[in-house]
Amino acid sequence: MQLITAILKPFKLDDVKEALKTAGVVGITVTEARGFGRQGGHTETYRGAEYQIEFVPKVKLEILATDGDVDRIVDVITDAARTGKIGDGKIWVSPIETVVRIRTGEVGETAI
Amino acid sequence: MDSSSVTWIMVSAALVLFMTPGLALFYGGMDRGKNVLNMLMMNFYCVLIVPILWVVVGYSLAQTPFDNDVIGSFDSFMLKDLSVAGDGGALATIAFLGMFAAITPALISGAVADRMKFSAWAIFVPVWVLLVFVPVFKWIYGGWLGQRGSLDFAGGTAIHVNAGIAALAAVLVLGKRRSAMSPPHSMPLVMIGTGILWFGWFGFNAGSALAANGQAAQAFMNTFLAAAASGLAWVLVEWLRDGHPTNLGAASGIVAGLVAVTPAAGYVSGVGPIIIGLVAGVVCCYAVKLKSKFGYDDALDVVGVHFVGGLVGSLLIGFFANPSFIEGSFEEGIFYGGDIGLLLEQALANGVAIVWSFVITFGIMIALKATIGVRVTEETESTGLDLAEHGETAYHADGVR
Repeated sequence: MQLITAILKPFKLDDVKEALKTAGVVGITVTEARGFGRQGGHTETYRGAEYQIEFVPKVKLEILATDGDVDRIVDVITDAARTGKIGDGKIWVSPIETVVRIRTGEVGETAI
Repeated sequence: MDSSSVTWIMVSAALVLFMTPGLALFYGGMDRGKNVLNMLMMNFYCVLIVPILWVVVGYSLAQTPFDNDVIGSFDSFMLKDLSVAGDGGALATIAFLGMFAAITPALISGAVADRMKFSAWAIFVPVWVLLVFVPVFKWIYGGWLGQRGSLDFAGGTAIHVNAGIAALAAVLVLGKRRSAMSPPHSMPLVMIGTGILWFGWFGFNAGSALAANGQAAQAFMNTFLAAAASGLAWVLVEWLRDGHPTNLGAASGIVAGLVAVTPAAGYVSGVGPIIIGLVAGVVCCYAVKLKSKFGYDDALDVVGVHFVGGLVGSLLIGFFANPSFIEGSFEEGIFYGGDIGLLLEQALANGVAIVWSFVITFGIMIALKATIGVRVTEETESTGLDLAEHGETAYHADGVR
C-alpha cells in the first residue's frame, strides 16, 4: 500500500478530481496548504509599501492506493494538473504500513 | 428651529454615530487578525465613555456660554436648565455634537494599534477629550479663533488635524512596534468600513449646517464629490506608480477626500470640492510614506490621512471659500476675489490647534507611561492583543477548539 501526496495549483483541483473519479479512485483527502518551491512567492503593495508574500496558496491532495494502482493514479494526476508553467507542484509516493477502515474495522488493502 | 431642521439634525446625529463602527472596521480590517478585536474595542469604547462625559461636563465646557473666548463653564453641567419645551432643537444639537466628541479620539486608535495597553487607552480617551478636544472645539466654534474669522465647517481642524497630530504625539511616546509591518488581514472589512464612513459622513458634513437648508444641500453634494475625486486620484497615482489600482488605495483616497472636504463642506461650491478631493488624494497618497522617512510608527496612517488631509482641506478654504454663492457671511477665498487674509486665519487656527494638541497629548501619554504604563508586554504583542487584553479571539475555526 502506498500514500500518494500531490501539491497542486488550487485552480487545477477540479480537473484533477474529475480525472481521478473517472479513473475509478473512490477516496481523496484535500488540505489547503501554503508553500513555495522554485516558483517562489509574490509581492503585494498596500499604500505604496511592498510586502513579500513568501508562501503561496496550494492544495495538498492525499490518496491511499494499492501497489498496483499507484503508477496509473500518478499519471492521471500529472496529466490533469499540468499547465507547463512554473509552480505546477509535485507528487510523491510513500509506503504505508497499515490502513484501518474505522466503520468496519477492516485492515489492509480491503480498507482502501 | 423649524421641525425639518430638528429632524435633519437627529438623522445626522445617528449617521455620525454609525461612523465609529465604520471607522472600527476600516481600521480593523487593516490591522492584524490577532489584534482586530482590540482595534474594534478601542473604537467602540469611545462611544461608551464619551457620550456620558459630553453630557456631564464636556458640552458645558465646550460651548456654554457661547460667546466666551477660551473655555466654557459648568453652567450646563448635566445639561441642567436645558428645556425641550418648543422644538427640541437645542437638545438634538447637543446630541449631534456629542457624536463628534466620540469619534474624534477614536481616530487616534489607528496610530497606536498593535501595542497600546487597553487600560491606558481607557484613561487616555476621556482625559484627551477634556484637555484637548474640548478647548480646541471651543476656540474654533465661538471662541477666539472662530471670532477672528477662521472657518471650519464640520471639524477639519477641530477634529481631523487635532486628532491627527495627537496621533503623532501618542506614537512618539508609545514607541515602535517590535514586529515588522503587516499587510491588512481583511480587505473586505476595510471596504465595508469605508462604505459606512462615507454614508455616515453625509450626516457629519451636511448635518453641520445645523439646519435643513441650501448650505446643507451644498455640503451634501461636496461630501459626495470630494470623496469620489480623492479616491479616483489616489487610485490613479498608485496605478501609474506601483502598477495596480488597489482597493486600499480607493478606500484611503475616499477617506482622505472626506477628511479634506470636512472643513470646507459648507463654504465651497462648483468645482471647489472636486479640486479639494483631487489635491487631497494625491497629497495624502504620498504623505503616508512620511512615516518610513521620519521613523515614527503610525500603524494605520492616521497622520498621513487625517492630519495631512484635514490640513490640506482647511488651507484650501483660503482659496475656494465662496460666500456669494452660499449666501454666507464669511470672507472670500483668493479664487473668489478675496485677499490672503482668510488663508492666514486658516493657517493660524491650524497652527494653534497643532501646537496645543501635540503638547498636551504628549504630556498625557508621558504621564500614563510614568504611572500605569502604555505598552503591552512583549509576549502579548507577539501573541496578539485580542486574547491577552480582551479574552476573545476573532476567528475560531469551526468546531476546532
